[in-house]
This record gives sequence, C-alpha cells and structure tokens, in this order.
Amino acid sequence: MNKLKASVLMRHEVGLHARPSVKLTKLAKAFESKIDLGLSPDGPWVDAKSIVKVMATRAPKDSTIYFRAEGNDAKAALDALVMLVDGDFQDGP
Amino acid sequence: MDHKTFRAAHRVEGRSAAPGVAMGPLVRLVAAKLVARQSRSKADEQQALVDAIEASRLDLTELAGKMKDEDAEAILAFQIALLEDENLAAPAFARIAGGEAANRAWLAAVDAEIMTYDQADDPYFRARASDLRDLRDRVLRRLAGEVDQPVPSGVIVAAEDMPPSVFLATDWREGGLVLRRGSPSSHVAILARSRGVPMIVGVDIDHFESGVDAVLDGDAGTLIVGPDSVLRADYSRRLAEQAAAREAASAFGGPVSTASGEPVQLMINVTGLAELKEMNPSQVDGIGLVRTEFLFQESEALPTEEEQYQIYRRMLEWAAGKPVTIRTLDAGGDKPIAGLTEAGDLNPFLGVRGVRLSLKRLDVFRIQLRALARAAVTGNLKVMIPMVTVREEFDRCRALFRGVVGELHDQGVEAAMPPIGMMVEVPAAAIAVEDFDADFYSIGSNDLIQYVMAASRDEPQLADLARPSRAVFHLIGHVVDYAKRCGREASLCGDLAGDPQQVALLLDRGLRSFSVAPGALGPVRAAISRYSGKAA
Repeated sequence: MNKLKASVLMRHEVGLHARPSVKLTKLAKAFESKIDLGLSPDGPWVDAKSIVKVMATRAPKDSTIYFRAEGNDAKAALDALVMLVDGDFQDGP
Repeated sequence: MDHKTFRAAHRVEGRSAAPGVAMGPLVRLVAAKLVARQSRSKADEQQALVDAIEASRLDLTELAGKMKDEDAEAILAFQIALLEDENLAAPAFARIAGGEAANRAWLAAVDAEIMTYDQADDPYFRARASDLRDLRDRVLRRLAGEVDQPVPSGVIVAAEDMPPSVFLATDWREGGLVLRRGSPSSHVAILARSRGVPMIVGVDIDHFESGVDAVLDGDAGTLIVGPDSVLRADYSRRLAEQAAAREAASAFGGPVSTASGEPVQLMINVTGLAELKEMNPSQVDGIGLVRTEFLFQESEALPTEEEQYQIYRRMLEWAAGKPVTIRTLDAGGDKPIAGLTEAGDLNPFLGVRGVRLSLKRLDVFRIQLRALARAAVTGNLKVMIPMVTVREEFDRCRALFRGVVGELHDQGVEAAMPPIGMMVEVPAAAIAVEDFDADFYSIGSNDLIQYVMAASRDEPQLADLARPSRAVFHLIGHVVDYAKRCGREASLCGDLAGDPQQVALLLDRGLRSFSVAPGALGPVRAAISRYSGKAA
C-alpha cells in the first residue's frame, strides 16, 4: 500500500509542547492507519501516536511538520492532523 | 512489624513552621525511592509495574476530573498521555526481563527520559522534566503499595518533603503537615501559614506507622504519637479554642491599634484571587503584597497584558479603595519560571532574580508595567520593585514606567502613574536606604534575614542562624527611621510580620505597618492590641 504524505507549518508559540502534543497524539490515535511524524521530508520518522516520541522531536515554533500515513483512513488522518496544526491546535479532541 | 515502630505515646520534637493544632490519624507518605522491594519473579515484577502504571493513570484521571481550571487539567492530561504511551515504560519492561526489580527498572527508564528533558535547550521543554518526575514518583509510590491521592482530610500527613503543587491539591480541613525537610520559610510553609494549616519541619519520620493517632502542635513544634487520654482532652480543648479564635478573627474587623491607642496598619499578603474570595476587605487595611510570580508559574505561556490587567483590576475592585501593593515579577532564586529564569545561575539567590531579571527581559517587564499602568486608573494601586540593590535600578524602573504610561496615552488607552516603591531586602539597599528615591519602602524580611545572616532559609541545619538577629532588627529600624524622617511609608511584608512573638519587637523599632499572611491576621491583631509601648 502506498504511503500518503502531507506537511504543514507550525506556528504555535512554544513549539510542539506538552499541550499541542497531547492533542496531536490523541487525534492520531483516533485513526487506524500507521502515522509517522518528522521534521524533514525524508524523516527520521517517529510514531505520531506516541507522545514520548513526538515530544522528543523538540519541534520549535515555525518548524514544518511532515506526516506520512499508511492504512485505510490515511487520507482522513492526514487531513485532520494538518488542520489541527494549521489551526494552531485550537480545535483538538 | 519493625521493632523500632513507636507504639506507646511518644513525643517528637521538630520546629514550628505554621501555628495551630491538629489531631487525627497519622498518614505517612513514603519517599518511594527508599522503599526496599523484595525482588520476585520476572512475571510478578512485570505485572506489578503494569498494575502500578494503570493505578497511577486512574489516580490522575480522577484528579483531572476534580480540577476546575484548564491549566491544571492540561498538566494532568499530559501526564496521563505519557502513562498511556507504552514507549515510556518499554525500557523498564526490558530491564525487568533482564532481571531487575520493577521499581529500579522504572526509575532507570524514566530517569533516562528526564535527563533528555533536563538537557533541552528550550526552557519550555526543560520545565517538563518536573512533570516526568512527578509521574515517576507517583508510579514508584504505587509500586511501594502507597495510596496517597487524594490525601484524606482530617489527617496528619508525614512526609520527607512536599512540592507546593501537592500541598495545593490536598484538602487540609482539620489536617496538619509534618516534614523532615523544608524549613519554616519554604514555600509550602508560607502556603500552610496563609491557609491556617498547622505544620512542623525537621522531624525524623522514619519510624512512623500510618494509621496511629497523633497530635500535631504547630505552636510548640512537636508531634505526639499515640497521645493518652489526658493529652487528648487537653488538645481537644485547644482545638475548640482555636476554632473559636479563628471564627472571632474572621468576624472581627475595623482598625487595629495598640493598647495605648496608637493606630497600626494591618494588611495581607496574597498570591492570587482565590485567597480574596474567602475574605472581606473590611477585615484589613489593604493588600500589602501581591506576589505576581504565581500568574507566571501557573500557565504554560507567559501571561498577556490583558490577562494581567484583568487580575490586577479585580484585586483593586475587591479592595474597594484600600491600597493594593503589587510587586513586579520576582522570579529567580527559589522561584524559577519556565521560559524566563536562567537555568545556569550558579547561585540563584545571588543571581539574576527580581528586578535584575526584569531589566534584562524588558519584553516581559514592559508587558507587566503596561498592565499595571492600566490598572492604576481603576483603584488605589501601588507598585513595588523587588531586589533593588543600587539606585540606578530603581530609577530605570521609574523611567520605564513613565515611558509605558506615555505610550498608552498616545495609543488613547487610559493609564496612570501609581506610587512606585521598593522592596528593601538586599542589605546594600537597607544600609544606604537614603540613596533611593522611592515613594515607599517595604521591608522583605525573608530575604533580608538570609542575606544579612548569610544563611539559606532552606537549609534545615542553619535554621537557628537564619533568624532575625539584632543586626536584622538594626537594619529594619534604620529603614523605618529614615522613612519617618522623610514622610514616606515603611511597612514590613515578610514572615517576621506574621509572627506574633516578633510583633512587639517590630513595634519597638517604630514599625507601624504590617502585611501578613491571611492566616496570621488574628494572632497579629491580638499581639498589636496587647502592645503598650517599649518595655523598660
């Protein structure tokens, strides 16, 4: 199966910090697909459903977040994640 | 049962950190790391960790449901998410498979994770290390078989030490606190005095057994384990007196004066709006100290101008025309703030703190000054600058304040220049107080004592040294005399003012304005009204 990819600029003022990471991983977990997150188009990739891994990227403000997803709901997952980051994590679950 | 466990009535001496009496069962919070664990089979250890993590997750979920503010909820949500992530515990399970005990395996795994946060460049990430420590200890306590959340009310809690967040999350009704570490001037002690929770420190808690009856005498600084019926009756009487006195103190308002009829100003120190809700402004002459650090510590991001303005305005509204002295951010020292204070300060108490930090972080300082300038038009505001050491610092603050007021006026925003005073807590400022052109002086006795005595307030072994000596009283007298000569106001807002035994000595020195924790209002009011002039 093909991997789908997407990217989005993160403007959150403290970066991918605790609160944004909680929202992001919660949203990712709502999908069946395997979803990875990275800070460059070629990785390295971490599991977007793991808050330990996501926080470990230490993504600062103004970084571009890359996602890749594989699975039945990959498209929907990427759309939702991009919308969350683009909306500055305002409308999380 | 351990042969050392105390079963008969036993009196343990400690040091008083907050006055008052509490009676009830003793509940010991075990310092999880010290609990020895019988190493069992790998499968047992694995299951023990699985259970401890799940129990901790349930504890946190229950706690999160009780939180009324979004920030506290978010902090807990982060910890819950970490516990739900198997990546956190994976290295621990690997260690267990290799033959390690569950608690050691968990400690090593989480400590490795904590280290990566401690080493982060970004202060926001660095500050999350404390969340991981909290989480680490919660699971360790569960592994040790301790159930400590929530601490039931009406008990005497004995612990090694207690972070302020845990203190705040606990319902202290009728309860008391016994710590081995900490000191009468630690943050938890300040909170205990302000909330009227009896507390003693410096107690060897090792041999206490949870569940035994105990009496905590915060006035004498002693703990009595397993009191007999005579002692019990005696303390029941004191408890009743205490309840009556507290009721009387909160009911009694109006101006305070000495036995000879001389008026004395009695104000309160506050750390947030919550404390004001329980009080009536008629009980006090105003707010002598608002510690704004709490605005900065309770949220993830620094508070905005609007957020600060709204809180300052509501405090002024509460005071209904009485003075409200707001201290600008006093971060640093023992009050680190994520994203603001410098982590590499070698000696934080002698480092970049108080006004030193504000003048380095003008972006943050100007936001606070703008909020204060706007609040100044809504009530009787006074602004106080902490840690002033040389006059240039104070003059710069005044100039900055003027600039901010001008800027607001240019933008068509209502703003005013309030009286600006300084906190006198650095010996250099106390000795040469006449060099400072402040509108008022407020003596910060906690820091003044530790700087004059060169003794940390958090070092239990130096508690007898970190006390108000003749040298300290001499400096207080010097500041009070100077203020009187030039017709400016001098007050004292440290813990010294809230200690009934020191009140007469301060009055002897000419001090006529006190600002104390709300819990000390009754005793201090009583001590002032007993005062009939300098003893011959």
